[in-house]
Amino acid sequence: MTTTPLAVRADRAWWRVPQRHVPVLATFVLLLVMYGVGVSQYRAFSNIQVIFNIFIDNGFLLVVAVGMTFVILTGGIDLSVGSVVALTAMVSASLLRDGLDPALVLVIALLIGPTLGLAMGCVIHFFDIQPFIVTLAGMFFARGLCTWISSTSIPITDGFWTSAAQERIRIGENFVSVSVLIALAVVAVAAIALAYTRLGRNVYAIGGNPQSALLMGLPVGRTKIAVYTISGLCSAIGGILLSFYTLSGAPLIAVGMELDVIAAVVIGGTLLTGGSGYVFGTVLGVLVLGVIQTLITFDGTLSSWWTKIVIGALLFAFILLQRLVGIRKK
Amino acid sequence: MSQRHPVLTMTAISKHFPGVRALDGVDFRLFPGEVHALMGENGAGKSTLIKVLTGVYGTDAGTITLDGDQVSFAGPMQAAAAGVSTVYQEVNLCTNLSVAENIFIGREPRRFGAINWREMRRRAQEALARLDLHIDVSELLGSYSLAVQQMVAIARAVDVQARVLILDEPTSSLDADEVAQLLRIMRQLRDEGIAILFVTHFLDQVYGIADRITVLRNGRLVGEYLTAELPQLALVEKMIGKELDALEQLDSEAGRDAARAAEGTPLIEADGLGRAGAVAPFSLTIHAGEVVGMAGLLGSGRTEVARLFFGADRADKGRLVVDGKPTAIRNPIAAIDRDIAFCSENRRTEGLIGELSVRENIILAMQAARGWLRPVPRRKQDELVQRWIEALSIRPANPEMPVRNLSGGNQQKVLLARWLITEPRLLILDEPTRGIDIGAKTEIQRLVAQLSDGGMAVLFISAELEEVLRLSHKVAVMRDRQLVAQLTNDDSLDADRVMQAIASGVRQEGLEKV
Repeated sequence: MTTTPLAVRADRAWWRVPQRHVPVLATFVLLLVMYGVGVSQYRAFSNIQVIFNIFIDNGFLLVVAVGMTFVILTGGIDLSVGSVVALTAMVSASLLRDGLDPALVLVIALLIGPTLGLAMGCVIHFFDIQPFIVTLAGMFFARGLCTWISSTSIPITDGFWTSAAQERIRIGENFVSVSVLIALAVVAVAAIALAYTRLGRNVYAIGGNPQSALLMGLPVGRTKIAVYTISGLCSAIGGILLSFYTLSGAPLIAVGMELDVIAAVVIGGTLLTGGSGYVFGTVLGVLVLGVIQTLITFDGTLSSWWTKIVIGALLFAFILLQRLVGIRKK
Repeated sequence: MSQRHPVLTMTAISKHFPGVRALDGVDFRLFPGEVHALMGENGAGKSTLIKVLTGVYGTDAGTITLDGDQVSFAGPMQAAAAGVSTVYQEVNLCTNLSVAENIFIGREPRRFGAINWREMRRRAQEALARLDLHIDVSELLGSYSLAVQQMVAIARAVDVQARVLILDEPTSSLDADEVAQLLRIMRQLRDEGIAILFVTHFLDQVYGIADRITVLRNGRLVGEYLTAELPQLALVEKMIGKELDALEQLDSEAGRDAARAAEGTPLIEADGLGRAGAVAPFSLTIHAGEVVGMAGLLGSGRTEVARLFFGADRADKGRLVVDGKPTAIRNPIAAIDRDIAFCSENRRTEGLIGELSVRENIILAMQAARGWLRPVPRRKQDELVQRWIEALSIRPANPEMPVRNLSGGNQQKVLLARWLITEPRLLILDEPTRGIDIGAKTEIQRLVAQLSDGGMAVLFISAELEEVLRLSHKVAVMRDRQLVAQLTNDDSLDADRVMQAIASGVRQEGLEKV
């Protein structure tokens, strides 16, 4: 028996895209179209620095979105990221104001996020509570801590911080910030972790079918706790990058950022139900948000609320697309 | 054969759950290089036995030995590591991962700490080639048919050096070709010396592949037989059992005037009705005042037929004729509008709401029929509920008691009351007497007889032949998802003939070809 009747399936032609890549490709095409529109409308848009600026302005968002990608891939959600970003920036600013060594401040600030994430992950796993409600509690808790530290904005004047904020890394005639390099490093590490480690593959398995993952003997609980910790770490890094960007810590900064992040991840093609998506898609999703903002800035007449309106419309479109791809699969 | 040593022996296994004796001193053994079918009706203890074996449950008493060593697994993973792998009815894999990953996830080959995808694909290719399956292992599992997914599950199970392979109803969602392929692979694995424990409801498959059969009934071992020495009819008898029961007194009411019921325009008629993968096209008429019994083993398609009548599943072939007019019943609401009521088999998960009181549960369907904007007045509720509590002698007779505190039999009566209050013309009862004590059973049977005398049509599904024969005017026999016989319940019909129909699938004369 050389052929089996069971394996009969339509042969895939070389140009057919595997279904799992459709959402990411759609985002990529959308990005190209939007960029094309920008270039055709505004002469200055074609400057490479425009793209670099998108990265500079959204570096922190990208890092947080990478963490969120892990969580959403398992089928979970993390609403606490915006507050954790703000808390990290607040703690850094307040400790720096008190004259603590910047290196020590960095370590402390980077520990807050993962610790909160670990705690939330444990509650989600051990008490079997919806991630939505646990991270909502985390969101209020972290935001409350921000205001408790200070009800007003704390400026950062530390030398290390200001040099990190102002350092321009030249690439030809253009430049990027330190934050961009850090963000891209996080993206690279995350992409490798998802594709080439057991933890990464377990994330996909749990998102695909938690029941099966358990029966296949995968460490479901450990993995779940790990993704919230990773998300917490990414939020902490994002918080540091935000404090580089704004050189301050403000109690009400990054309010509602978790929703931007979720939007970026979903527009980037990651399934909200989990199990399907790529870090690369998330990068594209963040870029889409950045290009929209840039287009509206270039126009000059449109209110910034248009950003929200367009993001809303895009989210609808992409959720529908995911649904359609899912239906066709059946 | 008996000279060889069994690879697995389970001795005097007992397992109790609150209120249920799931396994009672059951022995079971499995020889290497043999397919051993575990047979029994629902509730016989097959799943419990498998779960005890693979460590999902602990045992109350008894011992398990694997290769002569006493074992007690803490869970399916530990069992698999010791060489006892299980493939479940629902494929427990991740359809969003590639075929190769599904075989190796959790134990992926790695190089320098990173997953070695090339090596993983190569080994997956090998593992599947062993099962004569040649597919692209880098494709997503979800892009293949259920049958292929089932094979991949087996490949995963076998790849961990399994010596005992448990297949728990692996064929229930496969079509004939796919089943043939699976059986071929089972033979091959058997020839390689693997001991296979096979659970299925399909008698053909058992006789096609099993070397040995163990039958369980009500948590007890009925016996272990060589397949060659156990005729199908004997197997069915052993599975269903011929209990001496206290219900004989109802017999006087049985074999009731069969001719009377079947006159005039049928209340409802299924004409070539069917649904792919659930039940083959069948034709069946039900008249007002007629009780149509539905016999057959578990999984033979009885419930599926009921669901088609009720619109719970959509038929993809044939049509329904109600009162002589073709009628599409697309959903349960449409069925309820046509005065059809359905008491589901699963009263806990699909019927009753345990937290609500007896009164609230009884009123539910009536309220739904009226629409939520017109609440049933409390006085009327109390009156109706009181009447039905008395009529069905629901105990305790307290309308405000939460339903979950009632015994199984009384819960069943509450469910019945709920539908009877809506005065249906066709009442579909799916296993109304399962798991309830004999007194309640008698009452429910008597009630069914009364209702049909009052002109209600009843489709009565039960695994207990005696009960079906006692109540029905006509018995429809299901086997392997086909309606294989319709037998008029006159004096000549007895349990043996029905069993024969179940076992052999011989179509009786007078049955229209479907």
